[in-house]
Amino acid sequence: MPIVLDQVTYTYGAGTPFEKTALKTINLTIEEGEFVGIIGHTGSGKSTLVQHLNGLLHPTTGTVTVNGVDISGKTDEAKQMRHKVGMVFQYPEHQLFEETIAQDIAFGPKNLGLSEDEVDKRVREAMKFVGLDYNTYAERSPFHLSGGQMRRVAIAGVVAMNPDYLVLDEPSAGLDPFGREEIFEEIIKLHKQKGITVILVSHNMEDISRMANRLIVMDKGQAVLDGVPLDIFNNHRQTLQNVGVDVPPVSVMMESLRERGLNVTNRVLTVDDAVNAIFESTGQATRQDAKTNPSTTVNEAVAPTEPSASKNTTTVAFKGAARKTRDKGGKNNVK
Amino acid sequence: MLNNITIGQYFPGDSLLHRMDPRAKIIATTIFVIAIFLAKTPAAYGVVAAFTIGTMLVSRLPLHLMWSAIKPLWVIIAFTMGIHIFTTPGDSFFDYEFIHISEQGIAMGLQMAARLVFLILFSSLLTYTTSPIRLTDGIEHLLNPLRRFGVPAHELAMMMTIALRFIPTLLDETDRIMKAQSARGADFVTGSIIQRAKNMVPLLVPLFISAFRRADELAIAMEARCYRGGVNRTRMKELAITKYDYIGVLAVLIVTAVLAFMWWQA
Repeated sequence: MPIVLDQVTYTYGAGTPFEKTALKTINLTIEEGEFVGIIGHTGSGKSTLVQHLNGLLHPTTGTVTVNGVDISGKTDEAKQMRHKVGMVFQYPEHQLFEETIAQDIAFGPKNLGLSEDEVDKRVREAMKFVGLDYNTYAERSPFHLSGGQMRRVAIAGVVAMNPDYLVLDEPSAGLDPFGREEIFEEIIKLHKQKGITVILVSHNMEDISRMANRLIVMDKGQAVLDGVPLDIFNNHRQTLQNVGVDVPPVSVMMESLRERGLNVTNRVLTVDDAVNAIFESTGQATRQDAKTNPSTTVNEAVAPTEPSASKNTTTVAFKGAARKTRDKGGKNNVK
Repeated sequence: MLNNITIGQYFPGDSLLHRMDPRAKIIATTIFVIAIFLAKTPAAYGVVAAFTIGTMLVSRLPLHLMWSAIKPLWVIIAFTMGIHIFTTPGDSFFDYEFIHISEQGIAMGLQMAARLVFLILFSSLLTYTTSPIRLTDGIEHLLNPLRRFGVPAHELAMMMTIALRFIPTLLDETDRIMKAQSARGADFVTGSIIQRAKNMVPLLVPLFISAFRRADELAIAMEARCYRGGVNRTRMKELAITKYDYIGVLAVLIVTAVLAFMWWQA
């Protein structure tokens, strides 16, 4: 069952001199199983929008329904539906507070009123899911972890609530490239394996473009574009520019190659695909040769995982191991 | 939930009051607040009221601001008034069982309430028309002579500035953590008082951690810019006494003199 936003508007500080309309008439349906990317300039209303999805903000006018239930209500049903929508805020590691990692992750499930056994089960599951070994980490303090690990604990705390929908607001902000990769792999895993509907907010087009199968572009409190990422990048470039959102570098490069006469497809989103497409169109070499070419090491370092490749990724606990499995996945995928 | 709290109530404007030097404003406010206590007779209260309202008009602030200055303190005002009404002995006005209200009590209660209202109104004019930064600047200057007695004027002012600067930041942070924990099913609104206090732990711990982290980062940032308090520091915006300040302080002095004269007459 979907999340439906019907004629939603939201005004901050209504009736004061600081009144500001953050959302203007949003109509939106998020179907189960989608991977929705929401992008927009600072102050475009994207964070305000996602806070409506689990009732942290109630619309000034209009309604938000999850599985057909209006979530602004005070009924138990409305409360339950709000818990179906997990929310990972920006810098979620700042919300950690318990003495041990396991206790912190247990906070959400406990609030759901689950039995102790069930809570423990959920904690173990969630920790396994985000690649933290239970025996090693459960009794440690969350404050002695690295930034990336703390964020994984925080995300585990939300995952442990078993949400059907997961909203993530800039989940990769402030992490190094490895940390970002790990977080994104986890998100893709959640989507693919657990079948969670993901709503990802970011201002980084690259991140969104390679994961989302639907893209919503926000500007001045309105959803100006809503569609398949590739279509938006290829057909609405002017609109994107007008609202101050960058087209992913890959799309820009492919476009300029086309302009200069190389007959290359513009239907690619990742660096890997782009490399393949270029080799294909020039007919000079194959991807396997490219792998041995030292000039592509740069591309290796930044090469994002294709969603399909991550299926093969079994562990992300160790960066080295993750890299290896990812590479394998990449090669298999090419064949 | 938290966005209806105003701290650092500064309301930008361009009135005579806004243009006055913060030092002059602080001195003038202090004098007048003391002068309010000289008022005893209804006529004297009339003078106080006239001057307060006159200053309000000069400030050109919207009237609802004045109301919102009094609103949070109305309990204290009502309580003070009640105490005086019920406990002042004198000619009986109303008696029932153990309740005794005297005429003097009513007069006294009204007087006290009026005193508090004018006090709050006048001092809120100071904070409404002076930005927090200028206010601390003024306080620092006024405390400067006390430096030789070991009062760390600059450090105190710096602390106030930093505290004021971080209040909105911490409020935002509180709001965010509250939302994050609510999304994990935390409940900050229902339950008994003890239960609610316990429920605050998931909010307070992260808040304290982030406050300490911010303090630490700020200290390092200041250190990295070679910040040394007090000595030989210059300012981007120097305070300057202008004719408005003389007019303002003079007006307060005249009213104070009038009140003192009325007090002496009474």
